[in-house]
Amino acid sequence: MIGLEAVYVLAGLMFLAFSALQAQDRSWSSASFWGCFAVLMLVGSWLPHLASGILVLLLALLAMLGLNTKPPAVPDDAARRSSAASVGNRLFIPALSIPFVTLIGTFLLPALKVGGVYAFDPKQATLISLAIGAIVGLLLAMWMLHSRPSTPLAEGRRLIDAIGWAAVLPQALASLGGIFAAAGVGKVVASLAVEHIPMSEPIAAVAVYTSGMALFTVAMGNAFAAFPVMTAGIGLPIIIGKFHGDPVIMSAVGMLSGFCGTLVTPMAANFNIVPAAVLELQDRNGVIRAQALTALLLLLANTAVMALFVYRR
Amino acid sequence: MLVLIGIAIVVAGFAMRFNPLATVVAAAIATGLAAGIDFPGVVAMLGKAFVENRFIAVAWLVLPVIGLLERGGIRERARALVLGLKGATTGRVLIAYLLVRQLAAALGLTALGGHVQMVRPVVAPLAEGAAEARGPLDRETRDNIRAHSAAVDNIGVFFGEDIFVAVGSILLIKGFLEQSGINVTPPQLALWAIPTAVIAFAIHTARLLFLDRRLSRRTPA
Repeated sequence: MIGLEAVYVLAGLMFLAFSALQAQDRSWSSASFWGCFAVLMLVGSWLPHLASGILVLLLALLAMLGLNTKPPAVPDDAARRSSAASVGNRLFIPALSIPFVTLIGTFLLPALKVGGVYAFDPKQATLISLAIGAIVGLLLAMWMLHSRPSTPLAEGRRLIDAIGWAAVLPQALASLGGIFAAAGVGKVVASLAVEHIPMSEPIAAVAVYTSGMALFTVAMGNAFAAFPVMTAGIGLPIIIGKFHGDPVIMSAVGMLSGFCGTLVTPMAANFNIVPAAVLELQDRNGVIRAQALTALLLLLANTAVMALFVYRR
Repeated sequence: MLVLIGIAIVVAGFAMRFNPLATVVAAAIATGLAAGIDFPGVVAMLGKAFVENRFIAVAWLVLPVIGLLERGGIRERARALVLGLKGATTGRVLIAYLLVRQLAAALGLTALGGHVQMVRPVVAPLAEGAAEARGPLDRETRDNIRAHSAAVDNIGVFFGEDIFVAVGSILLIKGFLEQSGINVTPPQLALWAIPTAVIAFAIHTARLLFLDRRLSRRTPA
């Protein structure tokens, strides 16, 4: 059965190649950074946890010292334009094949059996399909553009140089979330909120719950972490217990209030910091800036929706 | 109380523009120490958590194909494509993508999108190209259009996916309420994601139309 481990090895090999290309250019800090990351991807399951932890510390240290920020030159404008003209709109096919194959795979892979055994881990169908989609897209693009085998790796390295340490940040933040949970950070924050905020009015309780979901998500970077804490602290005892609100409306709209927090926090690196790096913005918080007003207005709207409907039974 | 030091470090680190990766790792170590775990124990905890979260890095597998397509001129092609569309503006391009992204997510098709595979090679060049039809863009305006392209990808998926019954957040809510003795069904929860989805589309569409007005008023760079 092909599972996630195979996908990790594939990603690990890719990062190992990026590291080798950096070493070739004598960018030693970047070569070490992607090398450490490649090792974690390749053999993380077999490394002692302490060794993995030391590698993560090394990643942080190397990121602090500074990675290679001068990506190798891309082919000039004229070459790209003539290529774009000759290949035409077919260029979009490999790009669109990635989501297409991912979708198909998500439905098909869990059903695929060889000799009565699952060919792919059915629980990880989406991630495995994404990897297959990336490979299919790559093969199509290489065929269309008559690319040499080494070109995609060089181009991928150009992109990872532009993204830099931000590529590793979401994983580090998810780990921080795990340590927060183990240390009971959420419970401490919730108890502070519950003890210090008066909630004698039903509408006030709604406002505290929705804005609490948003603020807690800003602090933790993840509405999924905020939901159990805020709901156990305020939602269940006050909105449902004391004022007999509707649990469906409260939870559904409460979760979406948390998503408003996700739009404005650098802690949600995957959605906010990584795209700023991917799109090569000068301002690391540029995406957050673009989203802030929508997030605020939508949080107010969510509070209004909940206030209007949650107590109507 | 002491365990809150991690949040303090993160806030201070981000505010003072320290390297975010180093900040986050420092916060993790400090939180573990504050919770009474010894240093090697915390480092091991960090290593274990990092390895367990490797699934996040799988998305980077698209880098080689996207890089190759960029070399083949996909962004230039997207720009040329939008120039051929009559009446295309940055705001309208992004509103269209917002609608597609939200509807697809509501059907459970969250894979249709993403910053690396969709926004960088296709959506942002379309949005930039529509503005470039009126003259070249300065760096600030270009960055602003790109930031809005990324924002639309996020907002579309966030406020569309909860309408789909099998998405992670719906299952989390159901599981959590069940533990507290309250039984709800995913379709009920999904239904109550619709008002917010509609309002999100309305608010953000209005903002994108304002963006168009700002862009059309700008003096050519």
